[in-house]
Amino acid sequence: MNEEIIIAGFGGQGVLSMGKILAYSGVMQDMEVSWMPSYGPEMRGGTANVTVIISDSRISSPSLKMYDTAIILNQQSMDKFEKSVKPGGVLLYDGNGITRHPQRKDIKVYRVDAAEEAARMQSLKTFNMIVLGAYLKVKPIVTMENVMNGLKKSLPERHHHMLPVNQNAIIRGTEIVNEVTG
Amino acid sequence: MREIRLMKGNEAIAEAAIRCGADGYFGYPITPQSEVMETLMALKPWETTGMVVLQAESEIASINMLYGGAGCGKKVMTSSSSPGISLMQEGLTYLAGAELPCVVVNVVRGGPGLGTIQPAQSDYFQAVKGGGHGDYKLIVLAPSSVQEMADFVELAFDLAFKYRNPAMILSDGMIGQMMEKVEMKPYRPRWTSEEIANLHPWATTGKPKSRERNIITSVELDANAFEVFNHKLQKKYQQMEEEEVRFEEFQCDDADYLFVAYGSSARICQKSVQILRGKGVKVGLLRPITLFPFPSKKIAELSNRLKGILSVEMSAGQMVEDVKLAVGCKVKVEHFGRYGGVIHSPEEVVDALEKKIIGG
Repeated sequence: MNEEIIIAGFGGQGVLSMGKILAYSGVMQDMEVSWMPSYGPEMRGGTANVTVIISDSRISSPSLKMYDTAIILNQQSMDKFEKSVKPGGVLLYDGNGITRHPQRKDIKVYRVDAAEEAARMQSLKTFNMIVLGAYLKVKPIVTMENVMNGLKKSLPERHHHMLPVNQNAIIRGTEIVNEVTG
Repeated sequence: MREIRLMKGNEAIAEAAIRCGADGYFGYPITPQSEVMETLMALKPWETTGMVVLQAESEIASINMLYGGAGCGKKVMTSSSSPGISLMQEGLTYLAGAELPCVVVNVVRGGPGLGTIQPAQSDYFQAVKGGGHGDYKLIVLAPSSVQEMADFVELAFDLAFKYRNPAMILSDGMIGQMMEKVEMKPYRPRWTSEEIANLHPWATTGKPKSRERNIITSVELDANAFEVFNHKLQKKYQQMEEEEVRFEEFQCDDADYLFVAYGSSARICQKSVQILRGKGVKVGLLRPITLFPFPSKKIAELSNRLKGILSVEMSAGQMVEDVKLAVGCKVKVEHFGRYGGVIHSPEEVVDALEKKIIGG
């Protein structure tokens, strides 16, 4: 198993922490992981992205040009990364603020309206956990138990009372993701 | 019990420094390595091991604090990124001239000048050819994973004290900023004053009646005497070349072609090797772990059965000169690399091998 993922969106959407939780879930499942963030001027200007690789063998390059899965959370990232999904790969996106929906026919496209759902759940900060849940529904590469252990590892202890809220959000994400048929 | 954690390269450096019994860290913030000092400040080692962590007023102050600390036989270190390391060059040549051990971490970013904050490998010449004035060398270690960022702190201190010479960890923004699994080594206690006096009789630990004063200096007004001293330094560097060369081979046994790459470029090249092997091209990777001393002998030995070598680094072509020196003119050696803060992709490296070496 070797899964190469890019998660891209605005700073503040929890892109980097979602990647970290996913990577920690891989650690809990005894797999090799890498987490490589954008830390340059694009991050300071608002957009953020992170490359996460989860594999059962030693990871070579942590920085990539093509991905098995792209998780796209704003229009700029759609413009930049739709073309970077490997043929046959997966593009998962949140429809909020997207003006140009994915065009490609050689990949599988999934949509999760996580921003809308987070607003409905009156829990805006769990937006990224809804997206994570949607991803895990599409690509169940780590068990829910290991995701929860990974979450526990990445959250500082003072936030551990938030674990059930996050778990609910992840489960909600698995329920509301849909494949887009073009 | 083994504890596996997910850490950034910069965080791993900081925690490894505390665990290997470092006495002091002196630094000044600069992207992409500011997490080193941030982590140290958060871990507050002065409350546990007694290690001092100090934000100096500049990089020049930091490196001269190292001179003072090292002169007392203490395990001291600093970290910075390219422009900050340039400011430290005077201090580094003085440390080398006074034969003082210390560890300097360079998390390289794109240059020249203030440059970019993204990863680069364009400080190779500065690190391995001196950097400051005079005939001196640094011991240069090039980590290519977060685990090695942690492990090389202790190794760098051990080598620095073994040879009484500054050691540099030459990393870059990619290895510094990325997170990977790390297993930390157990705590090693800091040296006591007695241990320092016994282990390092050259250190200025206070003059007992039993010996003359210890003097830490790099000045010598008698040219002949200074030539003798320089001979001693050169002998030391020769011994490093004989005993301390470290490298890793990746699918070299049956290779027709070879990548030579260190640090993050070596990680990228591993992927390129996988892609090319999938196409039936027999290619391997030699990853220098020590950049000084450089694995010249190993590269020369491999070149006897190779059709061509591509040196890959995020620079306009620096290490390629050492690869060419190692090989002579026996096989074709070319350079490939993006630079100025741009990271080459594994596919671009594949392309470069096919065009510059196989097809060229």
